[in-house]
Amino acid sequence: MSSEIRFTDFKSDKQPTWCPGCGDFGTMNGMMKALANTGNDPDNTFVVAGIGCSGKIGTYMHSYALHGVHGRALPVGIGTKLSNPELEVMVAGGDGDGYSIGAGHFIHAVRRNVDMTYVVMDNRIYGLTKGQASPTSREDFETSTSPDGPKQPPVNPLALALAAGGTFIAQSFSSDSQRHTEIVKKAIEHDGFGFVNVYSPCVTFNDVDTYDYFRDTIVDLSETDHDPTDYDDAKSAILDADKEYQGVIYQDEGSVPFDEREGLSEPMHDIPDGAPDDAMDLVREFY
Amino acid sequence: MPADLNWAIGGEAGDGIDSTGKIFAQALSRAGRHVFTSKDFASRIRGGYTAYKIRTSVDQVESVVDRLDILIALTERTIDENMNELHEGSVIIYDGERTTMQDVEIPDEMIGLDVPLKSLAEDAGGAIMRNIVALGAACEVTNFPIENLDESLEKRFKDKGQAIVENNKKAARLGQEYVAEECDADTDYDMETTDNDYVLLNGNEALGMGAIAAGCRFYSGYPITPATSIMEYLTGRLDSYGGKVVQAEDELAAINMALGAARAGARAMTATSGAGIDLMTETFGLVATSETPLVITDVQRSGPSTGMPTKQEQGDLNMALYGGHGEVPRFVVAPTNISECFWKTIEAFNLAEKYQTPVFLVSDLAMSVSEQTFPPETFDMDEVEIDRGKVVDEDSISDWQNEQGQFQPHFPNADGVSPRAFPGTEGGAHMTTGLEHDELGRRTEDTDIRIEQVDKRQQKVDTAREEEEWDYREYGEPDADTLVISWGSNEGAMREALGFLEEEGTDVRFISVPYIHPRPDLSDEIDAADEVIVVECNSTGQFADLLEHDTLTRVKRVNKYNGVRFKADELAEEIEAKLGEPTEVEAE
Repeated sequence: MSSEIRFTDFKSDKQPTWCPGCGDFGTMNGMMKALANTGNDPDNTFVVAGIGCSGKIGTYMHSYALHGVHGRALPVGIGTKLSNPELEVMVAGGDGDGYSIGAGHFIHAVRRNVDMTYVVMDNRIYGLTKGQASPTSREDFETSTSPDGPKQPPVNPLALALAAGGTFIAQSFSSDSQRHTEIVKKAIEHDGFGFVNVYSPCVTFNDVDTYDYFRDTIVDLSETDHDPTDYDDAKSAILDADKEYQGVIYQDEGSVPFDEREGLSEPMHDIPDGAPDDAMDLVREFY
Repeated sequence: MPADLNWAIGGEAGDGIDSTGKIFAQALSRAGRHVFTSKDFASRIRGGYTAYKIRTSVDQVESVVDRLDILIALTERTIDENMNELHEGSVIIYDGERTTMQDVEIPDEMIGLDVPLKSLAEDAGGAIMRNIVALGAACEVTNFPIENLDESLEKRFKDKGQAIVENNKKAARLGQEYVAEECDADTDYDMETTDNDYVLLNGNEALGMGAIAAGCRFYSGYPITPATSIMEYLTGRLDSYGGKVVQAEDELAAINMALGAARAGARAMTATSGAGIDLMTETFGLVATSETPLVITDVQRSGPSTGMPTKQEQGDLNMALYGGHGEVPRFVVAPTNISECFWKTIEAFNLAEKYQTPVFLVSDLAMSVSEQTFPPETFDMDEVEIDRGKVVDEDSISDWQNEQGQFQPHFPNADGVSPRAFPGTEGGAHMTTGLEHDELGRRTEDTDIRIEQVDKRQQKVDTAREEEEWDYREYGEPDADTLVISWGSNEGAMREALGFLEEEGTDVRFISVPYIHPRPDLSDEIDAADEVIVVECNSTGQFADLLEHDTLTRVKRVNKYNGVRFKADELAEEIEAKLGEPTEVEAE
């Protein structure tokens, strides 16, 4: 079946309710294309989303999917992948979902390195609640709950991922459809936790981190001498606060995913009709 | 002399109290004696009083009593802590050569055996074996054949090599011989042995074993007393059945990982206690609205907040029943004894999958740390039945697709139960969400669909109420005027209390309830009784409130919330005292 799969097969018949021009359209299209291009089909794909504009993605995509609790999409994805490693698990989130309420899970998902993909639609704003500061908002970004700006430096998710032992760290821009798709595809193909932070502009509530801003400033690492397998190269790019990069920033080619290290390869859903054959041995342990 | 013997070893946490107690308990079990153990412990790694207590008899024992016959006291505090349980003729074994024990005064009516535990242990090969010397001394005092102790020493130390095993056997004999030769211990204690084979396990081990028997394949948890030992039991063992235990970064992640595994079709469980169940509350509603089969175990401990983390309480009943915002359909099952921790866990998994609904398995600290002997056939694995409910595969999926070929995971069948397709099933791709959704699992705010889906989810509980057995366990005198009702782990103490009450000439009917929601209708039983007393380990009487609500009848309450489980003799006295008293409302 997979050879005939087109990216439109991953589209549901529900029309997105994102604002016209929202970056999430491009982010989602790239995800669907990358899934189709890597030989997946909707019946073997499990998409998990949290809360926020990003969380709506499960409704607009066609696959097995769970739209869960705010910030907890990654643990759901980990549980799904470990109990059925044959599934393609993709977790989608936003900057609030992933780096604020779910920040703890983000760090631990990175270090656990389960073979799955995490795509964060980073618009540097809380859009669904109509415009409050997010953890990636600029220090002086004025919002309804931070009239003089949040007065705290933004979180650097790439640096968090690197510090947590990330094995695949990338960034893309939703409007550069081809590069975004390529980068997500590489994240899917990566043996381990493929993390992509996507600049996905909010056209309604963020008038600073706009399409124009990113188009003007973004530097594509594939056009530089950046070597993603070089940890020091990755570190310098990630800690360079003045630049907005797109591309694969770091990839540990020797990464062995947690599921593989733990010897997990079979789905856990088939069980016998009664207790396991040798279950009385469990009782005898207590003699 | 009573038929049961009560034995304890106490000292500081870190003194090896637990492992020594376990060795003796296993020796008794191997000798065909019934055993019920309990622990007094503090949550510190080292420092602070701790004790391991054993009640043993040739007959079944399933609770503790307020009486201590033999005490191995490694510290002076151990004697003070247990003074109210010690009695005329109690034996206290201690090491008078220990600097902190030199001034110990044993009350005249008790028998103090000053045994140089440390010196004798050194003679056997090392001071570390002083507790084993004490066990040998205890064997002599109780006329317990020391060969039975050898077997459990083998089991405990065989990994460390035969030399260590032999040293320990020697240490035990030095203790035994010292008491026989040097002490003038004239006691009547006698522990006869039988040919019976028993297994010895605690409630958390029974619960974990039940999970494996039930086909649980995924467990995620975060360490918390007293639930951690479930995770420790499953670690390694679950792997050998193709499953996995994951230590999550917190309880929020633990329940969500288990939810993810359950969505993938694995039988999944998480377990926690105290503040952990508070965190998990966040996800209760999602489990219910996404109709995901999940077993959530709460091994209750004393709360609120950090409370008394190593102490007993049954304070989470309302949390299990009502936790989570909105209205969350669920089942709440509370095993009433250690063997039921096994069987009710299996039932919980079946309920979860048949009805695609969260099941709260509510245990408690007392049950989690106490070990009890059972004939192995108590856990007859051939009796285990698995019911996975309505799972569809590639062949049957078309029955559950709409005209557009879309699978309908929340189709409102009359019984409320929809089909379930594991991810990977061709033609089954679907989403689900914590948002209100239609039969396809897609968000909706349509008022009619909202009502349809709310009713559908509730219908599952109503269907189960009709189709499943929600029975209770009954003991005592069926026609007695006095009815005692309890839930959870009080069953053992109350069963033994019946014996004490009978001796006083008080007939009691005792109903032990393992199902909290849905629960048996006790209207007739309560109507038929002159006096109804509800026993539970909390201060407000949460289960008593439910029964009053169910039956519109006031009940009397026996509540204990000092952190210590009910003891059989104490409970009998409390019940005796309630008889003839007005209920709280009558008193007003």
